[in-house]
Amino acid sequence: MSMIGSTAQIRLCCLLVPMWLIASTVSVPAAGSEAEFKAAFAAAEAAEKEAEGLRNRWTATEAALTEANKAADRGDFDQAISQAKEAEALAKASIFQDTNEKDAWKNLEIR
Amino acid sequence: MSVRSWLKLALAAFAALALSAISLAGAVADKPDPVADANAFRNYFVKKFPNVKLEDFVNGPYALNEDMRRQWLEKEQFPPYEFSLEMGKELFARPFANGKHYSDCLPNQGIGIRQNFPYFDEKEGKVVTLELALNRCREANGEEVISYVGEEMAALTAHMAFTSRGKPFDIKIPNDPRALEAYQNGKRYFYTRRGQLNFSCATCHVQNPGERMRAEVLAPALGILNALPIYRSEWGGMGTTSRRFTTCNSQIRGVPLEPQADEYRDLEYYLSYVSNGLPISGPGARP
Repeated sequence: MSMIGSTAQIRLCCLLVPMWLIASTVSVPAAGSEAEFKAAFAAAEAAEKEAEGLRNRWTATEAALTEANKAADRGDFDQAISQAKEAEALAKASIFQDTNEKDAWKNLEIR
Repeated sequence: MSVRSWLKLALAAFAALALSAISLAGAVADKPDPVADANAFRNYFVKKFPNVKLEDFVNGPYALNEDMRRQWLEKEQFPPYEFSLEMGKELFARPFANGKHYSDCLPNQGIGIRQNFPYFDEKEGKVVTLELALNRCREANGEEVISYVGEEMAALTAHMAFTSRGKPFDIKIPNDPRALEAYQNGKRYFYTRRGQLNFSCATCHVQNPGERMRAEVLAPALGILNALPIYRSEWGGMGTTSRRFTTCNSQIRGVPLEPQADEYRDLEYYLSYVSNGLPISGPGARP
């Protein structure tokens, strides 16, 4: 192998190895699918329905559900899934609040 | 029977007696006592605001803030609810299509009766508010119901409150377990935290009356419904009790229930009962 060829190979290695290292460490998230959104939205809706049964829905949950649907309509499933998960978390928080208040309300009572 | 058997029997009897005494004490402690509640409620506010006269609590923030009170007294010379009062008087007198009137459905022809609402209807087993009674009167006479949060309902109730001004709230809880349950449900709703802000009605109107929430001075819960309906500058118009309740729920980022839901009816029953003896001051005006 000539000296010139060897230098070119070293340069190529210097370029390729860091590129490979970067590519292997930075993982690109897979784009959310419609099926994933539907599953996330169904879970959020189920939790919100439970909150409705407890007469304790939150406006933020409703807003997140609406935003999730809007994002899905324009094909932005990453955003739609994110909003649906947010809605589910909020709905679950409202259910927790209601459960917690079953007895906790008495702590505020004027006696 | 041996001495040991007797001892065992006596011990078991004693344990059973102690257990039943404990459960009885628990039941007594949990049993609602509206009279004791109302006394404690009143005492709390009187102690918290020793310089406010009892009957002045019906004036909400104006009882607690001297600057606001002066402005309000000046405004009362030409009160912002005056147009609504006139409208309410006219609507109240206007006959239905069948020739009958609201006065045909109500005791004392609807004059000077605001202080008796809400009441517990033992036949229905539920609380009946003034707003509900007015719409039921319309339905009974073949008319469409009107919105519980609209200006017509506000005007009608403003007129009726005006004919009761100065009369003390006289809410009764009949000897009916369902009435006591409705009262207790209203109390629970009042103290229960809800909405994303995790506020109860009491958070603002028991724990923080007189304090500012942004530009508003929070009203005390004692006498808060005596001034309803109210003209609110924030709303740019009149608001009914239904509007007040649903708006409060929205403000704490909760989805409001439907106006005149059982929960709101019971809440109105509780809040009115604990203000018994305080005069009707509605219609009122608030910032």
